[in-house]
Amino acid sequence: MSAAVAERMRWRPTVAGRRRSGRLFLLLCYAATAVGILALVVLLADTLIKGAPGLSWQFLTSYPSRFAERSGLLAALVGTFYVAVIVVAVAFPIGIASAVWLEEYVSPGPLRRILETNIGNLAGVPSIIYGMLGLAVFVRALSLQRSLLAGGLTIAILVLPIVIINAQEALRAVPSGLRHASFALGATRWETIRHHVLPAALPGILTGTILALSRAIGEAAPIILISSIAFIAFLPDSLLDSFTILPIQIFIWVSKPQAAFHAIAASAIIVLLVMLLTMNAVAIVLRDRARRGVGW
Amino acid sequence: MRAPEPVAERVSDPAKLERVFELRGLSAWYGAAQALRNITFDIPKNRVTAIIGPSGCGKSTLIRCLDRMNDLIPGFRAEGHVTYHDEDIYGPAADPVLLRRHIGMVFQKPNPFPKSVFDNVAFGPRINGYTGNMHEVVEGSLRRAVLWDEVKDKLGTSGLALSGGQQQRLCIARALAVEPDVLLMDEPCSALDPIATYRIEELITDLARDYSIVIVTHNMQQASRVSDLTAFLLAGEERTGELVEFGPTRDLFTRPADERTEAYITGRFG
Repeated sequence: MSAAVAERMRWRPTVAGRRRSGRLFLLLCYAATAVGILALVVLLADTLIKGAPGLSWQFLTSYPSRFAERSGLLAALVGTFYVAVIVVAVAFPIGIASAVWLEEYVSPGPLRRILETNIGNLAGVPSIIYGMLGLAVFVRALSLQRSLLAGGLTIAILVLPIVIINAQEALRAVPSGLRHASFALGATRWETIRHHVLPAALPGILTGTILALSRAIGEAAPIILISSIAFIAFLPDSLLDSFTILPIQIFIWVSKPQAAFHAIAASAIIVLLVMLLTMNAVAIVLRDRARRGVGW
Repeated sequence: MRAPEPVAERVSDPAKLERVFELRGLSAWYGAAQALRNITFDIPKNRVTAIIGPSGCGKSTLIRCLDRMNDLIPGFRAEGHVTYHDEDIYGPAADPVLLRRHIGMVFQKPNPFPKSVFDNVAFGPRINGYTGNMHEVVEGSLRRAVLWDEVKDKLGTSGLALSGGQQQRLCIARALAVEPDVLLMDEPCSALDPIATYRIEELITDLARDYSIVIVTHNMQQASRVSDLTAFLLAGEERTGELVEFGPTRDLFTRPADERTEAYITGRFG
């Protein structure tokens, strides 16, 4: 045997085996995706089958009742809406202002790094912790009781870090040429931010805020601690009235023993899902318009 | 319109010209890295001064020292003196916002605001408290930038809808709208095609009658075409730019005093 042949013999290509392991990996990926989608489809189908018959105008416009067939979502829907308004009114300005300060005024350094790390950490804190914070600070220390205001403020604090992080990203995406052009004309920092940076970043900020809000109104955990999980058959007249929200109403109905209440809980879940999907769709439309608008 | 005087008559001895900027021992750092060392020369009034040199020699840093745009970069530090009409712009009493109102700047990449053509031009006068007829200012500025005829019917459309060359002329009109005294141009043609470049160069020559212009360019033909005076910068291994030679453009290109200038303009390095 010549040396060249001997050299060639030392290579044993096993293409078939390698292809097989490639196919196996692909199969595993398919399977993993299928498990996720299947679980979602089963959940959705189960909810739709149970909940769809209960959906009616009357269901949306009635107060909860001792009887499942007379129960409705009105108090929870209105409560959710008010909480959302409070969250927007509180978290939006504070979050944007914080993001503007961090992005446009604080120069990179230890201070900014520490603040950003901590805001990032806050965004990852479990929501029940915010509920405890709200209970201690708003309900007890500020004696707001178990009111709409206490609940709204708690959710606002919960989404604040997310709003800040999203707004910072939107501000960072504004091309620096825009800032330079404005400064070069003798604009001050505030004029540059107000006339150019904020308008350019606004769609991105809005998108982030809506996504944060849609997460917030699905949260039950913090409100379980704040709201008096009682029978709420009235609409809040003032910020200091007690209230309920959709996830809490669902929680209450699901924990009842009667199957009829489980069915209307499923109906309420459908309503909540439709609300969340609508908000996310609005956010996506805004983001796409922003992408087409200020792209240079 | 007066015909421009021949360059040779306009510039015989730069020392005799009235000055806008005086740079005295200017050094600049980004953090620990020194970008400029001990730059000293004068920028004359109503002339075009070109700053040339290979990439990374500190040309842009130098022009951005003249309107303190470098202040926006964290970690930037300057030493030495730059005076603008005999006032130290890095002195304790200097206000960069007021300074930039008198010193217009045009950037490498056209950067119109994502607003209408009209609002692009009107922004400067608005923030600087102009109370006269805004339409006149906008039209006058666009005319000066030789853009009026192309945009007069679409003042409401976005500045971003214009072509690259038109966008750059819009940026020039925007800078002229606040009636500056100096126009700084940082490689204004490097993102443009030859025809758009030609139109901007024509415009620079025209504007030089009323404005003091400083232009950074890596294109030596452009420097020789549009400028009266040229400063040649060069950086060594450590990338710190130093002034090699400064003088009337014609002299610098025909009989350079320094052999490094000669090597650069004849294309032997850079």
